[in-house]
Amino acid sequence: MKQEFTITVYTENQIGLLNRIAIIFSRRKINIESLNTSPSESEGIHRFTIVINETEDVVRKLCRQIEKQVEVLKAYYNTEDEIVWQELAMYKVSTEAIAEKVKVERLLREYGARAVVIRKDYTVFETSGHREETDRLVKFLEPYGLIEFVRSARVAIIKSSHGFHEKLKEFEQTEPGEEVIENEYLSKQAEVFTM
Amino acid sequence: METTLTAPKNIAASTPGNTTNISGSQAVLEAFMAEGVDTIFGYPGGAIMPIYDALYDYNNELTHILVRHEQGAIHAAQGYARSSGKTGVVFATSGPGATNLVTGLADAMIDSTPLVCVTGQVFAHLLGTDAFQEVDVINITTPITKWNYQITDATEIPHVLAKAFYIARTGRPGPVLIDITKNAQLQKFDYEGYKKCEHIRSYRPKPIVRKEYIEQAAQLINEAKKPFVLFGQGVILGRAENEFKAFIEKANLPAAWTLLGLSALPTDHPLNVGMLGMHGNYGPNVLTNECDVLIAVGMRFDDRVTGRLDKYAKQAKIIHLDIDPAEIDKNVQTTVPVWGDCKETLPMLTKLLQPNQNKEWIEKFSAFAQKEYDIVIHEELNPSTEIMTMGEVIKTLNELTNGDAIIVTDVGQHQMVACRYAKFNQSKSNITSGGAGTMGFGLPAAIGAKFGAPNRTVVAIIGDGGFQMTLQELGTIMQFNVNVKILILNNRFLGMVRQWQQLFNDKRYSFVDITSPNFVQLAKAYSIEANSIDKRTDLKNALQTMLNHNGSYLLEVMVGKENNVFPMVPQGCSVAEIRLQ
Repeated sequence: MKQEFTITVYTENQIGLLNRIAIIFSRRKINIESLNTSPSESEGIHRFTIVINETEDVVRKLCRQIEKQVEVLKAYYNTEDEIVWQELAMYKVSTEAIAEKVKVERLLREYGARAVVIRKDYTVFETSGHREETDRLVKFLEPYGLIEFVRSARVAIIKSSHGFHEKLKEFEQTEPGEEVIENEYLSKQAEVFTM
Repeated sequence: METTLTAPKNIAASTPGNTTNISGSQAVLEAFMAEGVDTIFGYPGGAIMPIYDALYDYNNELTHILVRHEQGAIHAAQGYARSSGKTGVVFATSGPGATNLVTGLADAMIDSTPLVCVTGQVFAHLLGTDAFQEVDVINITTPITKWNYQITDATEIPHVLAKAFYIARTGRPGPVLIDITKNAQLQKFDYEGYKKCEHIRSYRPKPIVRKEYIEQAAQLINEAKKPFVLFGQGVILGRAENEFKAFIEKANLPAAWTLLGLSALPTDHPLNVGMLGMHGNYGPNVLTNECDVLIAVGMRFDDRVTGRLDKYAKQAKIIHLDIDPAEIDKNVQTTVPVWGDCKETLPMLTKLLQPNQNKEWIEKFSAFAQKEYDIVIHEELNPSTEIMTMGEVIKTLNELTNGDAIIVTDVGQHQMVACRYAKFNQSKSNITSGGAGTMGFGLPAAIGAKFGAPNRTVVAIIGDGGFQMTLQELGTIMQFNVNVKILILNNRFLGMVRQWQQLFNDKRYSFVDITSPNFVQLAKAYSIEANSIDKRTDLKNALQTMLNHNGSYLLEVMVGKENNVFPMVPQGCSVAEIRLQ
């Protein structure tokens, strides 16, 4: 069954790596719903957050292919309930329309929006949250003439993760400990190994 | 970490800590020297001229083979790598020079061949300006390289090339492409010596071996009544031929090979039960669906091996030994994954095996082999008609070479026949384009194979179609006196496609009728001795003359126009549905 998965990839910061990762999806005709690159908790290590709709079997194989790339340290995949995630959205509307017809106070309270810029001719609001939340504000503002709308990629925190600092230390050693190359079969042995 | 410092050539040896001022181009060649490169296959051009200028001074240390097309260079480097076990090295210029490498890169990628390709690139300040012979080679080659990198500053050259060689040869090997802008080739910099790369923190060439899986795998094999081993090129790339032999011999495990695993185990070995896959042997295919434990060693369950996946070995427990974790479960669900280098994992496994006979089970393979012999092989090797078959040519060749030659093939019917019937006594003797199926591979790969194993006889077996794709490399053979024996099996058709059209498209022979030039005259134009025969009575003498000739030789053998390769697992069918006729 296809479902939404969030893939988190820890990488070196290297030109061309974005392409190397992206073509792993496009080669298999898989659409990337959202893609974000950012620094991570470990200095010098980049973090990709990729959202796709696929079956777990496909996602697991994709992660192995991603991890196989020379500059990739680790790839994880998680379902929605295993992560805390946010998206940021910005909305540009006519100040005149907003000031006259909308109770701005209500807007700010109910939708958790913030006014980033207020000018005579336009106002820019910003909000963050899940897709439904940012979409709700779109619906609300549309009748007043939404001049511009943009939403960022998803960023996500893995609930069970202890961060990458310790892992990175192991990667830096010539002889890594067993932590580095996790064998997912080991933890799932009962399910996988059926003798 | 061990540090290897080498003094640059033609420059006074520097004491440790001192630096010398050299160009980026010199640094490239210094890296090659330090990595033990002896042969480069290449073709010059504008954007790589500084490197070629530097190469002029390295003529005594580095052999450069000027090919006739960059595709020839990369296939030659592949042949070199496959026959020698070393990393093949290629030079090409920017733009079309680089794009001509693409087919070879894809071929080397899927067949896990270690290559380092250096391409010239326009000056860094011209990148992105549509400059003359500027092509975005990094992005073009990303999906078909294990790693690639563009150098725009000469100071990067020593450590990037060290990384390139390390990545190309370690773990599951593969092609690496390094694109160097012309300014970086010309730039002088303070060279501190060459340090071999031994560790990249984001790259783990070998997964850690898990002992518990070795134990579980051994238990499965020990309890098995009908164990069956499939082996691929991993055994050769891991230099684990002896370990593999000890493994199968300890418990008498019948073993079948993939196209690229061929020659890892001698043909005559009693446990060698033959070839897997679409044109493989009858027994190995049928019994894949009867065995109780399937042990795959260094192979990747290609669709040409498995046939229809949902009917592939469903009854069996699967043990998969592979160095590349991404291969585990990719196509076939594994019961016990044994991640790691088979050079390490096989002896661990062998130690835990109990000696076994598996007598009845092995006899089953013999029974299938007999049936295949009666229906297919006997007629192929001893035709009852006057028309020559590819099989009898290979059989006669075996008698003369005794299985000691390196056989390089192109792609198509002759490839399947050669791999089915050629005899091999030692590893790294079969060089063929497996995963990519690149027609035109054979001739240039044979040139490279000869440089990789100069003391061995190299026979290139090529079809009339594939030969015409890269025949310009006859010029390379002429210029460098490369002693390769070219055996063209001419059926005046693009035979494999014709066979499919006959079997599956109602004999609608759509554009498979190919005419050829006079190959003998063609070879002679390149000062290569040649002969063409169409009678069985001439076959043995003609082959003997070819092998005895001091130098390169081309022999064309006219074979049956509409002969088919059998057995065959039709596409979309299970391996058990293999057809004998």
